[in-house]
Amino acid sequence: MRTDQTRMRVLLAALAALAMTLGVAACGSSDDSTTSGSTESGSGAGTIQSNPDNGKVSLTIGSKNFPEQEILGEIYAQALTAAGYKVKSALNLGSETVALKAVKSGQISGYPEYASTALTSFFGLEPEEVPANADEAWEKANQEFEKEGLQAFEPTPFASANAVGTTKETAEKYELETVSDLEGVSEKLSLYGSPECRQRIDCLAGLEKLYGLKFKSFTPVDIGLRYTVLEKGQADLSILFTTDPQLSAESDKFVILEDDKEVFPAGNIIFVTEKSVAEEAGPDYEETILKVQEGLDLKVMQELDARVELEKETPKAAAKAYLESAGYIG
Amino acid sequence: MTAALVPFASFSGAIEFIFSEQTSNVTGGAKVGGFEQAVELTLKQLEVTVLALALALIVALPLGLYLGHRGKGEVVLVGLANAGRALPELALIALVAALIGIGLVPVTLALAVLGIPPIVSNAYVGVRQVDPAAVDAARGMGMGEMEIIRKVELPLAISTVMGGVRSATIAIVATATIAPLAGVLTLGDYIINASIYGEDGRLAGAILVALLALSLEGLLALLQRRLTSDGLKVKTA
Amino acid sequence: MGSPLLLAASGQVGGDFFKERTSDTLPCQAKPNEPFCFDWAKENIDRFGTPTVQHLELVVISVLIGFAIAFALALFAHRSTWLQAPLLAVTGILYTIPSIAFFFLLLPVTGIGKDTAIVALAAYTLQIIYRNTMLGLHNVPDSAKEAARGMGYTDRQILWRVELPLAIPEIVAGLRVAIVSTVAIATLAVFIGGGGLGTQIYGGGNLTFPTSVFIALAIVVLMAMAFHLGLLLAQRYLTPWRNARAI
Repeated sequence: MRTDQTRMRVLLAALAALAMTLGVAACGSSDDSTTSGSTESGSGAGTIQSNPDNGKVSLTIGSKNFPEQEILGEIYAQALTAAGYKVKSALNLGSETVALKAVKSGQISGYPEYASTALTSFFGLEPEEVPANADEAWEKANQEFEKEGLQAFEPTPFASANAVGTTKETAEKYELETVSDLEGVSEKLSLYGSPECRQRIDCLAGLEKLYGLKFKSFTPVDIGLRYTVLEKGQADLSILFTTDPQLSAESDKFVILEDDKEVFPAGNIIFVTEKSVAEEAGPDYEETILKVQEGLDLKVMQELDARVELEKETPKAAAKAYLESAGYIG
Repeated sequence: MTAALVPFASFSGAIEFIFSEQTSNVTGGAKVGGFEQAVELTLKQLEVTVLALALALIVALPLGLYLGHRGKGEVVLVGLANAGRALPELALIALVAALIGIGLVPVTLALAVLGIPPIVSNAYVGVRQVDPAAVDAARGMGMGEMEIIRKVELPLAISTVMGGVRSATIAIVATATIAPLAGVLTLGDYIINASIYGEDGRLAGAILVALLALSLEGLLALLQRRLTSDGLKVKTA
Repeated sequence: MGSPLLLAASGQVGGDFFKERTSDTLPCQAKPNEPFCFDWAKENIDRFGTPTVQHLELVVISVLIGFAIAFALALFAHRSTWLQAPLLAVTGILYTIPSIAFFFLLLPVTGIGKDTAIVALAAYTLQIIYRNTMLGLHNVPDSAKEAARGMGYTDRQILWRVELPLAIPEIVAGLRVAIVSTVAIATLAVFIGGGGLGTQIYGGGNLTFPTSVFIALAIVVLMAMAFHLGLLLAQRYLTPWRNARAI
């Protein structure tokens, strides 16, 4: 039978639990403030100026669902907000086909895409047909996009590509330096990659078709686990990205195999948007985006990736740090 | 008016996905969908569900029956039942994937953990509700304690026990749906990796998962009815 | 328009932007096997604020809607007993369908976002609340009803003044189970864009970051406990004349 004392205890426990929950809720719920488009007066020539005309335009910036993409989405979104636009973000859309659909349907105004992915995934090019020169790749992609009423802005300085990675021990054991070195060995090795990797020509499909490799097994895992599975010894090989921060921070542990047959084309980021959206939004749309990506070289992108993937900062915070450090926002 | 027809169009697209292979959403890749693939994923989900359920039964059923027989541990079991309900399956799968490992064994263990609380607490309650007179009579006839549990208490408690098994199955099937996050490809793959399978595939996955869950539940309900001896059948469920 | 100048690294970031990182100097959260990083948790706890509020919103709205519907259905079935079996079956079906599948079955009709999540979560609670209400009403001793009838109460008065008060322990027990389950399941709302604490488990790389998952898990369990204990108390205060059964 419950006595008054027990009742008191139960009441206190309930209140304590409730208080803790509300404490956490109150602690951070005011965190979501968007940066208002404040006019910066002259702190550096690179600073984005807010144009009041842009306030009439609402934009939604999208991105695919891995950290590098989310960082880019945040950079563009925050930059456009500084330029005076009303900006919402829809990061984490999914793979490139989902993102493209979102642009075409008007769900988002635009998103950052890799030129190489656009060419192979959307326009059916074989990997070896993807131009190595960033400008050429952009022009080719833009040509194709224009046929569908879309437009791609000019590329970022940095490029990223898929890569087959492994631990230093495995590389030494089987004497692996290039992907072709896997011939004859790959049947003994397990490969782990993202779920879409199975279908992509610049991933497993390309390894099987263009390198002629057969693996002992392929296991689809979340992109975030690509280094964990190597470290834990579950995966012999894993699909990594050339911009990964782990490759420089933990270069004593992981190596990537050289893509000697050029199946994994490198892609610079080009911002994809609908022509009509770009016209309505005015010249500041393209100008702001191009301006703010000037500072995105490989080193910077790796640093940003490191902050989000290694230090677990939010993409929003990392983007803000970049924009402030480069002087784009005050 | 056409807006009202959109859902029907989606459903017909999903049905088509189940039965015929389609070109993948990601260009340059293999075909997705089709009957064979649907069967493969369904079987995988069944496999992991059955294994987890079996493991949970082996652990939880004897324990629950015994504790119920002795009348001990009610507070702990009540707490366990509540804790089991409050445990978010998504967090469980994520932690298993990141800390223990991915693959069939870790996932089966995690699912079994989810199945244990309802089975053990229902077994306990079922046995507690057995008429003490029946137990006394059995003792009077010279039955040993284990015999009493097996031959008297379990049959009389079977309906409640099966209720626990059904609850466990629902939780396990639901979590097996998100098992692809930990490397076990079940029907949930259609839903979680919709970027490969497309919206039709995603809806097809949802339909198949629902059908699977309902079929299992139906089977277990029938089994419950069969196992409950006629004298015990209750009118209101 | 492809000016080569745009491609050259302009190096506009300050030199202090970059950090030196080596295997030994990596912080706790960069290592994949670390179960819990206290420093990161302390610094980043505010990240969980908005998701917690969203989660609370999802749970409270869904359970209120579920309760309203299930309670009404139970009252109907109490009067028209032929409804009992079909209602039990329908609510049972809604309960059996895994929530994540339910979200996407609803998607063509209700779209992405928290509305779909709320409909699915409310549907999940119907069976337990309906069943417990029916059970509570069924367990009202005939003697109590007879006595009331003897005193001249109408059927409606009997329901509201005798049957329902006596059924409160069962009803609140059902509500308690419903709300605890909903707190856990609402984590899945992330899959349908409904926000909530699931975003700190599945969204944006958190799936492979145990610290974030553990914190979200802890908040979920605390929330469930708070509701559980709160309703347990409500149960005791509402029915001072008898002890409520646990479970």
